[in-house]
Amino acid sequence: MTIANTPLKESSLQPKGWFRYFSFSLDHKVIGLQYLVCGFVFYLIGGLLASAIRVELTSPISDFMPRDVYNQVLTLHGTIMIFLWIVPVVNGAFGNYLIPFYVGARDMAFPRLNAVAFWLIPPAGLMLISSYFITGAAQSGWTAYPPLSITTPAAGQIIWILSVLLLGGSSIFGGINFIATILKLRRPGLKLMQLPMYCWAMLGTSILVVLSTPVLAGTLILLSFDIVANTGFFNPNLGGNVIVYQHLFWFYSHPAVYIMVLPAFGLVSEILPVHCRKPLFGYVTMVYSIMAIVVLGLVVWAHHMFTSGTPPWMRLFFTIATAFIAVPTGIKFFNWVATLWGGRISLNSAILFSCGFIINFVLGGITGVALAQVPFDVHAHDTYFVVAHFHYIVYGGSVFVIFSSIYHWYPKVTGRMLSENLGRLHFALTFIGFNLCFAPQHWLGLNGMPRRVAEYDPQFQLINQISSAGALLMALSTLPFLWNVFESAFKGTIAGDNPWNALTPEWLTSSPPPVENWEGEAPLVSEPYGYGVTQAEFEQSSISTYQEDEHQ
Amino acid sequence: MTTIPQLNKDSQEKGSEVDEHHDVRMFGLAAFLIADGMTFAGFFAAYLTFKAVNPLFPDAIYELELPLPTLNTVLLLVSSATFHRAGKALRTNESKACQKWLLITAALGIAFLASQMVEYFSLPFGLTDNLYASTFYAVTGFHGLHVTLGSIMILIVWWQSRSPGGRITSHNQFPLEAAELYWHFVDGIWVVLFVIFYLL
Ligand code: HEM
Ligand SMILES: [Cu+2]
Repeated sequence: MTIANTPLKESSLQPKGWFRYFSFSLDHKVIGLQYLVCGFVFYLIGGLLASAIRVELTSPISDFMPRDVYNQVLTLHGTIMIFLWIVPVVNGAFGNYLIPFYVGARDMAFPRLNAVAFWLIPPAGLMLISSYFITGAAQSGWTAYPPLSITTPAAGQIIWILSVLLLGGSSIFGGINFIATILKLRRPGLKLMQLPMYCWAMLGTSILVVLSTPVLAGTLILLSFDIVANTGFFNPNLGGNVIVYQHLFWFYSHPAVYIMVLPAFGLVSEILPVHCRKPLFGYVTMVYSIMAIVVLGLVVWAHHMFTSGTPPWMRLFFTIATAFIAVPTGIKFFNWVATLWGGRISLNSAILFSCGFIINFVLGGITGVALAQVPFDVHAHDTYFVVAHFHYIVYGGSVFVIFSSIYHWYPKVTGRMLSENLGRLHFALTFIGFNLCFAPQHWLGLNGMPRRVAEYDPQFQLINQISSAGALLMALSTLPFLWNVFESAFKGTIAGDNPWNALTPEWLTSSPPPVENWEGEAPLVSEPYGYGVTQAEFEQSSISTYQEDEHQ
Repeated sequence: MTTIPQLNKDSQEKGSEVDEHHDVRMFGLAAFLIADGMTFAGFFAAYLTFKAVNPLFPDAIYELELPLPTLNTVLLLVSSATFHRAGKALRTNESKACQKWLLITAALGIAFLASQMVEYFSLPFGLTDNLYASTFYAVTGFHGLHVTLGSIMILIVWWQSRSPGGRITSHNQFPLEAAELYWHFVDGIWVVLFVIFYLL
């Protein structure tokens, strides 16, 4: 295996030109883009499925597709969006592209493992999607709860399990690589507390990946035995226990929500300071908040199971733990607001999407805290209220940040600027469409519309149609974005190395960067957020713990 | 006003590249083993919960004998020690001794697998007989898979540490040390497994 701090003789032998994006390249930047583009293709597929769901739900009867097809579409939509779009993109794509820059390395710690981790994804995705055409896809939702997952047609469910196992493996390999890169490959002289915030977010996320994903893998292996080998781990008829599946599943899948959103926190923390020309507010509290979220995130899983016969002490414990996790999350929220406060904000597409994230995320966070209260949750569980909650987090949060990041880093990656007008149009359509689609679902849920159904009480039709109209806007919003990305790649104004006057290390090299990131040695950036303040003000500020380096 | 980023072009103090490389790879392996350990932790937690809340059906048979698994525990613990001796021998350039200890370690691993097989065939219950039986076979089987992989790895390391001609020397210890760490891990898991499945 090659190692990163020393020049990678091997990676300079990598293919050049377009072909390298389809090759087993070891260059972290190529792999990052592979993750991004591959993820985006899956996002488009998942988006088509979502549109199909919303079309079906414009009428109270199942007329657009048969019910079993609806179940398959719903399962594929959830699985694709989580495992093939958000997780690989916020971790794999941006992590691979940025982390080596941020730690001052020429590549990731294990470039070959890195390429393997990426190349597990396309086959897993193709397998999952083709199952729909060949055997019929899984029908038990992204959670695959038994006994449903044991009693629905087996072939699709088994393919689903295999594909999630591959994706889990990819995620674990990626996590190990990030931890090793951040902790072991830092450029000499670069201290942990000088790292850009995204490194901390990825460190925390990767710890969650490494600790929780294997539990999901083990659980799915047991589930597959139940399906093919007639064991009864989770089959009550054979003496098994479905609740154990739920515990193990959520031991992964609650951390998974942080695996989807912590990197987004990190990315926002990079983008805001640049575009409002102010240092990131409260660096140290941000770091501790991330670590607190990692620890607490591992002990709140049963808030998904309040209606699964959980005993009272367990309900109490998990309610309190979940309430606690809102504290570090709130700290981060206020830190972002304080970063923006009084800044010279340029209202470009990147910051619009970041601000959209802040607004949506805080709404999703509030409904999350509400759902963690047992008396409320027993009414809202498995209704559209939950659907609204988590879409505010995963779409309003993570996906908004992905777009914000694309607007921010596109000039670095391609050397050209995106069109701001198209970007703002994209933002307006997305923001309005998103809120139109998901805000009404709170009302639907509170009034008793269950989730995961193709048919519903006719009294809900109007609100569902409004929601579907929002979905249509969201689908349309993709068009200006795609047009922008393709056109600007050829016709966009030349960006130069550092169009935003940013201070983090990826901007201190050419656009696009050379194969080994820097022509000479990696720069030591001891103050990644030193915007718009004087040296004296620095030393007063909360981030001035790095003075030793400032004065050398 | 924008401050100019602090560029520091001091030459990097590089340690020996080989050492650094070695260090990062061992770190990566340790992280992987933590992940692997979490898979077992999930299995153990499931088994303990089953035991706590799921009574066996009245006619179900689930009984384990102690002697054979105790022997197995001894085999694995001894094999950890012999692997350690092999590593020591490599560091002092005694490749003959190193190979001898590796061979003994592999033999112990294979003996463990054989005796595990004997146990499987003598047990009065099968994989699908009842919940505990299924869990027992799934978890010990998963562990056995680890032992199988480990034994193969040891044999490869044994072959590669022959002298002259082998790739593993006191200058290139990584494969041996990686296999050793993995082996200790597999042994450690067994001890926990033994306590949970046979003693509790
Ligand atoms: C302030 C923080 C949060 C709290 C207190 C919270 C709480 C909850 C609770 C209690 C549920 C269970 C609802 C039910 O099924 O009855 C839930 C569901 C969910 N949450 Fe959150 N959440 C928070 C943040 C997040 C974040 C950051 C994400 C993702 C990035 C997220 C994603 C989800 C998802 C996907 C579900 C649905 C699971 C399912 O399929 O049932 N939540 N949340
Ligand atoms: Cu949760």
